[in-house]
Amino acid sequence: MKITQEIIFQHGLTDEEYQRILSLLGRDPNFLELGIFSVMWSEHCSYKSSKIHLKNFPITGKHVLQGPGENAGIVDIGDGMAVAFKMESHNHPSYIEPYQGAATGVGGILRDIFTMGARPIASLNSLRFGSFDHPKTRYLLNGVVAGIAGYGNCMGVPTVGGEVYFHESYNGNCLVNAMTVGIMKSSKIFKGKAEGIGNLVMYVGSKTGRDGIHGATMASDVFGEGGEERRPTVQVGDPFTEKLLLEACLEVFKTDYVVGIQDMGAAGLTSSSVEMASRGGTGIDLDVSLVPRREDGMTPYEVMLSESQERMLMVVKNGCEEKVREIFHKWDLEAVVVGVVTNSNLLRVADGNNIVAIIPVKFLTDNAPVYKRPIKRPDWQDDVQTIDLKNIPEPAVVVGRAAPANDRWAQPTLQNNYNDVLLKLLSSPNIASKEWIYRQYDHMVRTDTVVLPGSDAAVVRIKGTKKALAMTSDCNSRYCYLDPFAGSAIAVAEAARNLVCSGAKPIALTDCLNFGNPERPEIMWQFEQAVLGMSEACKKLDIPVIGGNVSLYNETSGTAVYPTPTVGMVGLIEDVSLHVTQWFKSEGDVIVLLGETKEELGGSEYLKIIHKLDKGRPPHIDLNFEAKLQEACLNAIRGGIIKSAHDLSEGGLAVALAECCISFHEKVVGAEIILPAHKMRMDALLFGESQSRIIVSIAKEDTAKLMSIADKHSIPAVVIGKVGGNRLKVNGVIDLSVKELKEAWKDVLEKLLKG
Amino acid sequence: MKFGIIVFPGSNCDHDCYHAAKHVFGQEAEYIWHKETSLQGFDCIILPGGFSYGDYLRTGAIARFSPVVNEVIKFANRGGLVIGICNGFQILTEAGLLPGVLMRNKGLKFICKSIYVRVENNQTIFTKAYQKGQILNIPIAHADGNYFADKDTIKRLEDNNQIILRYSTEDGEITDDANPNGSLSNIAGIINAKGNIFGAMPHPERVCESILGGEDGRGIFEGILSLSS
Repeated sequence: MKITQEIIFQHGLTDEEYQRILSLLGRDPNFLELGIFSVMWSEHCSYKSSKIHLKNFPITGKHVLQGPGENAGIVDIGDGMAVAFKMESHNHPSYIEPYQGAATGVGGILRDIFTMGARPIASLNSLRFGSFDHPKTRYLLNGVVAGIAGYGNCMGVPTVGGEVYFHESYNGNCLVNAMTVGIMKSSKIFKGKAEGIGNLVMYVGSKTGRDGIHGATMASDVFGEGGEERRPTVQVGDPFTEKLLLEACLEVFKTDYVVGIQDMGAAGLTSSSVEMASRGGTGIDLDVSLVPRREDGMTPYEVMLSESQERMLMVVKNGCEEKVREIFHKWDLEAVVVGVVTNSNLLRVADGNNIVAIIPVKFLTDNAPVYKRPIKRPDWQDDVQTIDLKNIPEPAVVVGRAAPANDRWAQPTLQNNYNDVLLKLLSSPNIASKEWIYRQYDHMVRTDTVVLPGSDAAVVRIKGTKKALAMTSDCNSRYCYLDPFAGSAIAVAEAARNLVCSGAKPIALTDCLNFGNPERPEIMWQFEQAVLGMSEACKKLDIPVIGGNVSLYNETSGTAVYPTPTVGMVGLIEDVSLHVTQWFKSEGDVIVLLGETKEELGGSEYLKIIHKLDKGRPPHIDLNFEAKLQEACLNAIRGGIIKSAHDLSEGGLAVALAECCISFHEKVVGAEIILPAHKMRMDALLFGESQSRIIVSIAKEDTAKLMSIADKHSIPAVVIGKVGGNRLKVNGVIDLSVKELKEAWKDVLEKLLKG
Repeated sequence: MKFGIIVFPGSNCDHDCYHAAKHVFGQEAEYIWHKETSLQGFDCIILPGGFSYGDYLRTGAIARFSPVVNEVIKFANRGGLVIGICNGFQILTEAGLLPGVLMRNKGLKFICKSIYVRVENNQTIFTKAYQKGQILNIPIAHADGNYFADKDTIKRLEDNNQIILRYSTEDGEITDDANPNGSLSNIAGIINAKGNIFGAMPHPERVCESILGGEDGRGIFEGILSLSS
């Protein structure tokens, strides 16, 4: 077949990139070779736009056993054990076909984890959808959640946490980021390396079909109108086969037959073989005629580029192939020798006796284009950061004390009063209970989930030890839009704060960087700033980045998603009996606010929901202060005096207090709060989202102990009230029964979905 | 007491049942592969939750033909103790060891949450550690838990006291609101007429340790263990 301009364009390659192929090869590629180049050089596989920025991340630490570049990162947790985890996006396919797109996203991240030799013990997901007014939002939300449930539940890996936000910037592109955490022996790590000349390349798992061809290329492009027409590029998941693959792989890992293994994810057989040869410094000869197929008449092009799910490529010691086959046959799975490791440094593909492609491995990896794309601070940035609070009316006070006539709170310029505002915030989809979602996920299977979804972080114990892992995902993309540097630093800080509030020491993070079209300088500016902001926070908080994923081109007809650098973080709890949850425990307990409240309303959920504004500067973050705050809180938890701890985030102090009262599924409790004298706007005090704040509750007799810990770390700590009764009362401006609060907060998604 | 936990390729609560029997209650426990053809030496067989053979067809419809289920049928007919939890319950109904069928939940969605069940009959091996009328807080996690049987079967179950657990409110009332999946007569768990086969949708193995938020599931195991003491 002659390679025409049209064909090059269909493969998502630019003219310059095609010229680069010609000069590397010194000849025209054939159609298959062009296909191989196109997927390996796609943004999704090559990171060509993001690579130079990602170098800024701190990736080392004394516990890091495996940093970025493998299927997943690994951290040592002592006692001969290690944790593998990673987060990955499946945005484009999920928008096109929500159920299968999300399901195979879960399948892919699970494979990334067990490829490393770890047993997956928990999954999380970070989701973004458009506003509920948009006609596709309900369909996408229903489909994505059902897809995640359908896959994860069948696998028997609990889905223990995550986050969901709704915002109009995601109307044309939803985000589906899936994360899985696994545990393993630190001495038994498997890597995606093709080593040992003459060792055999085995194909294991499902048969290859025509699904998902060019999925990686599709995921490296913007959508126009009619993106749904790309449905054939989305794969179809089979969680049952994946469950077999998981158990079979873990069984074969107990032997010493396996030299290297890699999941066939994006770009399937092509990327798995090329990446393994690249890491091993070897070559691979493949015979596609040996690859098990689901249908007749598939061409080498289709076999090499298929993204059929539930497949792995393994390099096994020559002579062990029969033993490996026996293990896979026990699980009713295919295991076929399809190639051999060579010292040629070439990817050679044969179809029986015909050689159909020969490409030096490094042309596909090291020689792939790397772009230093133009960067420009957007013209709109100054405007969106500017708000004049004078023009924003404060809510009225209708409860509690009679305000003196000259009290500015008493002059209602806004229809709402503080009670209404709190109820409105609690019933906004971003703050409301996410039970409708996590109820569809089996979050308890494996009987390790100590803290179920609904607290700051999920806590999963490790049987046979006293240890537990806390895990969370975080990103406030409105902050990132208003100030990508600060917003991204906050994403890291808040994820860490969530873990600390559960009693864990953060150990490492994975990220999923979701942005628009990198060919637009404004998007690249957002990306650069986000990476710098995250890096800064990681350094200050001493949390290395051990892996992640970049998803660009989340853009439809010129409208990009808000920059969404999602952070997935794992923390270690040395003694699971000292874990903490966010809800108040007992009547009479003292409530203490750690940290400092400033007059900051920019980027708040309050401004968005009540005043319809996505504006202002996000709250300031002082990372040195944040580090001290987290240390103080963790020390107090480890000292056994903290009965509940809750991070302050969207909705600020008032929403966090309400959550402390109502978020426990078994019972609710009230609180009486008197905030100390202040000079700021009442709405900023109650709904502002100042960073580095935690609400804790303690037994009354432990107050002095807590104060002295806070003092030692130079952290402001103020007693603001006590737990008890069945109302939440704050300073005479909020007075609501916990029943009303709970009614406003629960079942919101259900009601919105019913329309 | 020696427990055997059946492992279908898609079982995923096998570890949990094993952990409960072996580590929480200190009993002998072994996994039994679905291709096994002998259940020699076991006192109690657990069919755990999960997705036996993927359950892309009706849940449990394929599992019922597996080699090990033939042995479970023989084992049960000899009077051996058999518990089916969730997918295990579905398989027991498919295999004809328990009457009725578990259909798709009325809301058509998978539901994982802690619910309340009322102990209707404590005169069984499996529930003797509970009081009659006791309310248990136990999680469910299924998409197909909507129990159905014809009128005569339900009447027979009622007459013989074979309905063991019913979905209830926290206060023990049997209401529609307390019924998470649409089960006929709020049925959550039943027993065979002979009293040696017990099937239930709730997962007792998930609430045997206080660190997991509850211990209401312990009674099932304690009832069985009292046999050997």
